[in-house]
Amino acid sequence: MKNIVLGMMLLFVAISTQAQEKKNKNAKYEFEVSGNCEQCQKRIQKAALSVSGVKSAEWHIDDHMLHLIINEEKCTVLDVKKAVAKAGHDTDEVKATVDVYDKLPGCCQYDRK
Amino acid sequence: MKKTLLFLTLLLSVVAFSQETIQQDSLKTVTVEAQRKGLKKSLSGTANTTLVTSKELLKAACCNLAESFETNPTIDVNFSDALTGTKQIKMLGLTSPYIMITEENIPSVRGASQAYGLSFTPGTWVESIQITKGAGSVVNGYESISGQINTELIKPMKDILFLLNAYGSTDSRFELNTHFNKKVSDHWATSLFVHGNTRVSKNDMNDDGFLDNPLGKQVNVANRWQYANPETGWVSFLNLRFMKDDKQTGELNFDPDRDKLTTNYWGSEINTERLDFTSKVGYVFKDMPYQSIGFQNAFSNHNQQSYFGLNQYDIKQQSYYSNLIFNSIISNTMHKFAAGLNFTYDKYAEFVNLTDVSRIDNSVGTFFEYTYDDMDKFSFILGGRLDYHNKLGAFFTPRLHVKYNPWEKAVLRFSAGRGKRAANIFAENQNLFASSRTFSVLDTNGKIYGLHPEIAWNYGVSFTQNFLLFGKSADVTLDFYRTDFQNQAVVDVMNSPQQALFYNLRGKSYANSLQLDFNLEIIKHLNLRTAYKYYDISTDYLSGSFQRPLQAKHRFFGNLEFATHIADKGKQWKFDYTFNWLGKQQLPNTASNPEQDRLPEFSPSFSVMNAQITRTFSSTFEMYVGGENIGNYRQEKAILGSDNPFGPNFDTSIVYAPVFGQMYYAGLRFKIK
Repeated sequence: MKNIVLGMMLLFVAISTQAQEKKNKNAKYEFEVSGNCEQCQKRIQKAALSVSGVKSAEWHIDDHMLHLIINEEKCTVLDVKKAVAKAGHDTDEVKATVDVYDKLPGCCQYDRK
Repeated sequence: MKKTLLFLTLLLSVVAFSQETIQQDSLKTVTVEAQRKGLKKSLSGTANTTLVTSKELLKAACCNLAESFETNPTIDVNFSDALTGTKQIKMLGLTSPYIMITEENIPSVRGASQAYGLSFTPGTWVESIQITKGAGSVVNGYESISGQINTELIKPMKDILFLLNAYGSTDSRFELNTHFNKKVSDHWATSLFVHGNTRVSKNDMNDDGFLDNPLGKQVNVANRWQYANPETGWVSFLNLRFMKDDKQTGELNFDPDRDKLTTNYWGSEINTERLDFTSKVGYVFKDMPYQSIGFQNAFSNHNQQSYFGLNQYDIKQQSYYSNLIFNSIISNTMHKFAAGLNFTYDKYAEFVNLTDVSRIDNSVGTFFEYTYDDMDKFSFILGGRLDYHNKLGAFFTPRLHVKYNPWEKAVLRFSAGRGKRAANIFAENQNLFASSRTFSVLDTNGKIYGLHPEIAWNYGVSFTQNFLLFGKSADVTLDFYRTDFQNQAVVDVMNSPQQALFYNLRGKSYANSLQLDFNLEIIKHLNLRTAYKYYDISTDYLSGSFQRPLQAKHRFFGNLEFATHIADKGKQWKFDYTFNWLGKQQLPNTASNPEQDRLPEFSPSFSVMNAQITRTFSSTFEMYVGGENIGNYRQEKAILGSDNPFGPNFDTSIVYAPVFGQMYYAGLRFKIK
């Protein structure tokens, strides 16, 4: 028992210190992504998570904000915006092409700015 | 304890060291959902889980956890036996030892507390119950076979300031519950729960000279502390609990001081004392809301002293359980995992008619559970654990749950898994002590009372479709589950009415269960819930293959609830009606008894109805009245050989229907928020 506890302690010390020294491995960002409904939510989150380095992506239907936690060593916010736009959803920096937008289901055709 | 403290201090220091601020916005708080429905089944959850909310628990008398499943088709509540008055529950046709029963994810009803444990948690303490059909998660252990029931108690942080609940019934049972709550500081809150119940007068509705319900009294006190600090990510629970329960039953003229362990009159006393201490510490990592670590510890001391006529049975269990869980993700939140370590220690001091059958069990195990979620239609949970147990050996336990949404508002689920357990044959079947049966264990080479561990595989599929019927929401669910026993500690009452035999399974044993649910909102505020259940539970006994005794092959369940609009100041009426029909049940073999002490091979089919009316006068005060078994159906012969309780044919254990007739109750709830 004693050894197990000791082992676990060491493990967590290691994990915690590593995670804290390189802060950009868990960088938080949030920005607006245009969309309407739960289907949009699934599509946006899937697209964001498809980018290698994105650890968590949550899009809120009420305020249209996408909350991200990304590993900055592996990707940038722009990468995520590109991926989301490719799936049909506009962001401030990257817009979806008309082709992709038009293919979205009716309920997902948000008002473009 | 010292080691635990050291460990925590170290963790604390690590955290303190790394506190460069960036506020943490999402300490995983439990979502408080609007309680529109009493029973909730999710279309997105991976496992086949029903959530029973506190609203549902108010629909029936619900004096304790054992009674809180009456309005729920997933769990079958048996009729309390003539002796102990406690209700046993079944899931997929298997009795509670095959269900993992946890309280806030710490195993609670197991070992010595198996027979009466559910009656040791008062209903008012319960916040919600999650019922999972099938294999279950590997995180809590390897013992679950047919499913898992987890009870969440009311959390001190969310508790109301004061609750008073009083209850009285025509079977002369009285209950009193008081809750006190205090928010000590921003981060600490505490609750004190005090419960007492008693049955004061002797009832003998069927004039057999025996009490229909035991006399009893219970005192149950719990003190809970909750700590939560969203800035640091630390959460903690501490619980301390003491319970004392005394029951007396038997012949009306039995006086324990005079007649205990004599043949003057037949009588029984079951006295239990239990002390519990549990602690939980959790930490959610900074900037990583998906990563957390939890450490649970539970100590309990359970002491039951009892006798049943001339049979004496004492069991004392000292138990320690510890679970360390680490939750995180692999690359992103579509891939989650939980990994950790378990340790259990159980010391049993057990005496069956003064024969010492004491033992010590301990086990250490490690588990890993991976959850894949495509954030859309498909998800699965694959888990495995490796345990070493001094009596069960080293073994691997795999479990799998899969969910797929083939089209809108539909969900298809599959689960499979293995369970293994040591059967506490005496504690689990102690109702058989209240008979003239002689107990024999026919095998000697196993490590648990001479028997081998029980091993079973459980597989199941479930399909749910929600739809609109005439513009009203409706849903239909079809479940099929099968449990295959590789070994079982067979309890044989089919061989002879004078014997209870225990042996390792020789041949086949399986349980098939099929359930068809249909629920409909008939009009606004009027809900109908129906279920048909088919059970085929067959075991090869020495004398042949039979359906499991006291299990109906066909059951039908119906529940109708109606609530008026909530008017000024929360004024409301609520009506609830439950109907249960049970088909014929295989009865234990009594063919060799003389005619007057014989029961037929199968019981007759019958139905039982319960109803309750609740009147809410304001948000602080409500009253309820209700009736159980309104149709007054009674088992004719509840006790075999009741005219000669020390003779060879005496048996109180064959109860297939209510023994007590109709029962009415009333109660009140007073709250200060």
